[in-house]
Amino acid sequence: MKVEVYVTLKREVLDPQGDAVKRSLHELGHKGVTSARVGKYIELEVADGTDPAAIRAMCEQLLANGVIEDFRFELS
Amino acid sequence: MRVGVIQYPGSNADYDALHVLRDVLRWDARYVFHKEQSLAGCDAVVVPGGFSYGDYLRPGAIARVSPITAALIEFAQSGGPVLGICNGFQILTELGLLPGALTRNRHLRFECRDVFVRCEQAGVFTPSAGTVLRLPIAHADGRFVVDERGLSELEDRGQIALRYCDAQGGVRDVDNPNGSVSNIAGIYNEAKNVLGLMPHPERASEALVGNEDGRVMFAALAAAWSASSEGAS
Repeated sequence: MKVEVYVTLKREVLDPQGDAVKRSLHELGHKGVTSARVGKYIELEVADGTDPAAIRAMCEQLLANGVIEDFRFELS
Repeated sequence: MRVGVIQYPGSNADYDALHVLRDVLRWDARYVFHKEQSLAGCDAVVVPGGFSYGDYLRPGAIARVSPITAALIEFAQSGGPVLGICNGFQILTELGLLPGALTRNRHLRFECRDVFVRCEQAGVFTPSAGTVLRLPIAHADGRFVVDERGLSELEDRGQIALRYCDAQGGVRDVDNPNGSVSNIAGIYNEAKNVLGLMPHPERASEALVGNEDGRVMFAALAAAWSASSEGAS
């Protein structure tokens, strides 16, 4: 089964990359963009029936740094 | 003094550190390959700069799976002096040996130049408070981040080791090269035996390169080590 993991910077952590993306979109005429945040998308293939708690552990141990990042994941 | 310099795939300041420790300071320094599992015989350990594992995922993140990691954590938690420089600082925060995290520089630029730092706290790797050092930096991910509570804990416990400053030691935002919280350039762990810093003292430790300011940090280690060996004997 496929696991899709989304890792994003916590709201309170400055995202200079996101700010650069927002400014660039403004340059291209997309003035309506009020915020951009850049994160990571990670696809995992795991055995069917894998316990979501194990996925959570993977996120906490390696895929996200809990000091600065949040994560969520979807199983499909 | 016997010092181990850990070599990860992608370390690139490992030789700079080994050279200063072995050829300039004339200490008994050796590489410890990341696949080794012991730091036995080391009086101190340097986690050097570079791009371990290509900075994949996050700078320093993949180093946790190196076989040497368990020994490094044990060495640090048993009070052994550990100096993490640049990527070494990133690795130590990823391992949880130091609080906070290192994130992309505020201006997104790779900063490669000399900066001034002010010593905030004398310790095993730092001279007396107020000492100003000129040291080189070379990083894109050096913006130290910690939440407000974490910052006040660092301040209350005297864990802030170095702050970016001007040549006279004045701490202003304009002298902050990466946007680090509170101009923080280096921090100690709570027990003060582990220091992580973004500047490179090992690249400013001999007259040949035109700057010897970094040597005071190794001199502090030598002083701490000889004091502790005298205490032990």
